[in-house]
Amino acid sequence: MTDIRFLTPHTLDEAIGAFAAAQGSARILAGGTDLLVQMRNGVVRPGAIIDIKGIAELTGITEAADGGFFVGAAVSGAALAEHRHFGKAWPGVLEAINLIGSTQVQGRASAGGNLCNGSPAGDSVPAMVAAGAIVIIQGPNGRRQLPVEAFPAGPGRTNLTPGEIVVGFTLPPRPAGSGDAYLRMIPRTEMDIAVVGVGVSLTLANGVVTAARVGLGAVAPTVLLVADAGAALIGSTLDAASVEAAAAACRAACKPIDDKRGTIVYRTKVAGVLLRRTVAIAAERAGGK
Amino acid sequence: MDAIDNKWIGSRTIRPDGADKVTGRAGYSADNAMPGMIWARILRSPHPHANIRSINTAKAAALPGVKAVITAADLVEFPLDKPVMLGIQDMRWMSRNILAREKVLFHGHPVAAVAAISEEIADAACRLIEVEYEVLPHAIEIEDAIAPGAPILHDFIRHEGASSNIASTMVNKLGDIEAGFAAADIIIERSFTTRPVHQGYLEPQACTVSCTADGKVTIWSSSQGQFMVRAMTSLLTGIPQSSIRAIPAEIGGGFGAKTIVYLEPIAVVLSRKTGRPVKMVMNRDEVFRATGPTSGSMSTVKIGAKKDGTIVAAQGTFYIQAGCLPGGPVRGPVGCSFAPYEIANVLSVGYDVVSNRSKVAAYRAPGAPLGAYAAESVIDELAEALKIDPLELRLKNTARKGTKAAYGATFGDVTFKETIEAIKHHPHYSAPLDHAPAEGVRRGRGVASGFWYNAGGESSAQLNITEDGNVTVTTGHPDVGGSRASIANVAAELLGIDHSRVSVLIGDTASIGFSNLTGGSRVTFASAIVVTQSAEKVITQLRERAAKIWKIDPEAVAWANGEAFPAGANAGQFPPLSLKELAAKANEMGGPIGAGTQLTTTGADPGFATHVVDVEVDIELGIVRVLRYTAAQDVGRALHPSYVEGQIQGGVVQGIGWALSEEYLYDKQGRLDNASFLDYRMPVCSDVPMIEPVVLELPNPKHPQGVRGAGEAPLVPPLAAISNAIYDALGKRFYSLPMSPPKVLAVLEG
Repeated sequence: MTDIRFLTPHTLDEAIGAFAAAQGSARILAGGTDLLVQMRNGVVRPGAIIDIKGIAELTGITEAADGGFFVGAAVSGAALAEHRHFGKAWPGVLEAINLIGSTQVQGRASAGGNLCNGSPAGDSVPAMVAAGAIVIIQGPNGRRQLPVEAFPAGPGRTNLTPGEIVVGFTLPPRPAGSGDAYLRMIPRTEMDIAVVGVGVSLTLANGVVTAARVGLGAVAPTVLLVADAGAALIGSTLDAASVEAAAAACRAACKPIDDKRGTIVYRTKVAGVLLRRTVAIAAERAGGK
Repeated sequence: MDAIDNKWIGSRTIRPDGADKVTGRAGYSADNAMPGMIWARILRSPHPHANIRSINTAKAAALPGVKAVITAADLVEFPLDKPVMLGIQDMRWMSRNILAREKVLFHGHPVAAVAAISEEIADAACRLIEVEYEVLPHAIEIEDAIAPGAPILHDFIRHEGASSNIASTMVNKLGDIEAGFAAADIIIERSFTTRPVHQGYLEPQACTVSCTADGKVTIWSSSQGQFMVRAMTSLLTGIPQSSIRAIPAEIGGGFGAKTIVYLEPIAVVLSRKTGRPVKMVMNRDEVFRATGPTSGSMSTVKIGAKKDGTIVAAQGTFYIQAGCLPGGPVRGPVGCSFAPYEIANVLSVGYDVVSNRSKVAAYRAPGAPLGAYAAESVIDELAEALKIDPLELRLKNTARKGTKAAYGATFGDVTFKETIEAIKHHPHYSAPLDHAPAEGVRRGRGVASGFWYNAGGESSAQLNITEDGNVTVTTGHPDVGGSRASIANVAAELLGIDHSRVSVLIGDTASIGFSNLTGGSRVTFASAIVVTQSAEKVITQLRERAAKIWKIDPEAVAWANGEAFPAGANAGQFPPLSLKELAAKANEMGGPIGAGTQLTTTGADPGFATHVVDVEVDIELGIVRVLRYTAAQDVGRALHPSYVEGQIQGGVVQGIGWALSEEYLYDKQGRLDNASFLDYRMPVCSDVPMIEPVVLELPNPKHPQGVRGAGEAPLVPPLAAISNAIYDALGKRFYSLPMSPPKVLAVLEG
């Protein structure tokens, strides 16, 4: 039998100290909806578990005066859904986070955990990429920031350095005329994993797109920021040709694999279809067409 | 018995297992524990096909905490050349399935088992067992297993004089097939493939067993037959049945798969070796990898008809996966595919094909859905070619009283026509359907029918009057589909007492007479017969007691509404005697009141079903959703309508999964690649609409309440019904399952 130490630090410094002291044998626990499953499957056998839910900063949601948000890494999907303003500013990010698991899982699962799990199919990640969210990271050498799209390093891997913990996300202020959305293709209607996921964030002024970002999931080793798709939309009125150009950019960005969840051909085609559908929802939310 | 006069039969009484299941109290297999209990785990093969050269268990046995290690050498050996049958199961294969003997035959095949003081130590010990394998080439798919030069799984299998993976051939024949096709104006022939699908029960296989110093064995496990558990454990361990008591736990789904054992004999041998109670629980990976599923198939169906729609010839060729050992459900497609129809010339041939997959287990109407998928799809094409409504084509050819089926039966009353007419006249069939309701969306409607044999067989029941005048009924069948609730309704009806005064229990193998499996849609049929006979005996006893008290002839005593009363004016004037009053006087008037019946029941009649379904296809993503589903079935008599409706709805949902999303996927190394509920895509609640059952009650004249059986026929039509609906939506035919989004999109674009 292996003994596992379970630690419940109340400050970030305490957590980082314990994490560093464990020299790689510890795992961070937020909701645990990935970690516990991996432990039960024998994929990971941690010597220590550090539960970060007792740290105020990591479980808080703060709205800045300029309308930007900070979301703690361990905030659950259910807690975020209950926030009075977050879902109005970022409906696409919220709907993506609220797609992680079942209703019961929503009470525990967090965007921080979803990102750290490193899955290219994580639902919250393409929406966060589209939103231009920044990850706040703290480790033995202090605090640093990374754009969400720079965080994953490959399936199951991240660019965290040893001893680093994700503190949370910052999301930028929303200009008027902005909207975002997330859609995923799953064979079932729920309780499934994305075959393709697309997040889109748009800002429109007088019917013209002034800002656009597209995040694409489950079609490459990591979630992608598809800059060409955003560029195809910016300056357009979301006319069919511009949207098709963005869809083509998404298809071109795909580097998927054939696996039990989908084929290369299928994933590539679906990336374009979902881009169109996601843009339409984001535009409607932005108050455009 | 006229339904109108019934108070309890046909009523929706509160289910006896409901409160326990809703509150988490129900005792499933894995819930049992005993003092001094140890845990066992299984070492499984890392290869899909290999000879076992040697197994060295020394290091595992030496690990602290390990109590025993066993291999196939610790089970009874069944020589390959001599069948030992228990029902349809051959113990040569059952033994080699639960622990590999000469070779491993699939990735996950059990090789050895360890009992230790914890599951973790047992797992660690499994990793210390050294097995020397001679790895062999493997074959997973049917086409690979029957191809020339295919790796041969079993040297003892011969087909047409040569080594083969075709373990057996089954032929059903009627008339002259060549002459039949020669007389046809139109012939349609198509080939189909389906993938293996798992029964998908939520409760994994588990057991706790105790072998005591005097050699007596007690087994707690859930199954579809505690007597099957006892018999197979006895055969595989050599312990006589009289020394084994199998206690049925509450069952969390079986759907046919729990009609064989995987763990119990292993746990018994480990308990006998260690003197400790032993518990085993499979995890979900093991359930998917090494239990069930049902077969994948390759079929060709050819049907010939006259211009007026009269079907004159039907031919089916069905290759059915057996898994790694012989015994696939060949009888299902061979016998059922054409059985709903009166066809003069039939040739139906099935092949049992072994390959390097887990041995298949029964799944609701074993094999019949595969055959109906092929046959009912071709009938849909035939209707289209002849420009005849598909239901009218079926009506024109329906089997009737006296029709001879190719599988051998001559039908008595046939109620297939009624199921077709029920769908034809249902508002669903004539409801408007917009085939293109929006851009990128298409809708379609399809129909299909199905047949299942149903069954009788051995059943036992004991009905006792308690000292306080209430009733206990014990039967020998695990309740997977509402048999306790149905039996309570029957007992209350016959005795004329309030339903709440009847408790129905499932006895263990030492407390009730032999009862065959819960399977074949037989249990409500068979147990209602033995309970009816037991109740009639008890009523006779009650009348005799009243006669004795009143000092009149028992013939002059009648029983109704839970009371004995004088049968007529000539019998005398006595106030009625209630069940409670008679029970109170039982001791002084002749002793305890109760009666049992043990019987091989007969008179089962086939079940027929006809379904209609509307689907919607997202033509950009290839996703098919079921919008509306109506399923008509003749059940004879619905003793408890809620359960019958649940059977129909459940069967249809399993059919939706089979048609659209479920499949076993293997990697190139011959390993199952989707052994979890995440990637083995069964439908979830939000994937299916409310399914409307149309329950027809055309009583079976050979049954006291008119029961036919309900559980299996609902899974026969859905595969073809959904495929036919997708054709109606898209104008493209599909010939392989599942019709998953990538496949639908590929067909749309190809």
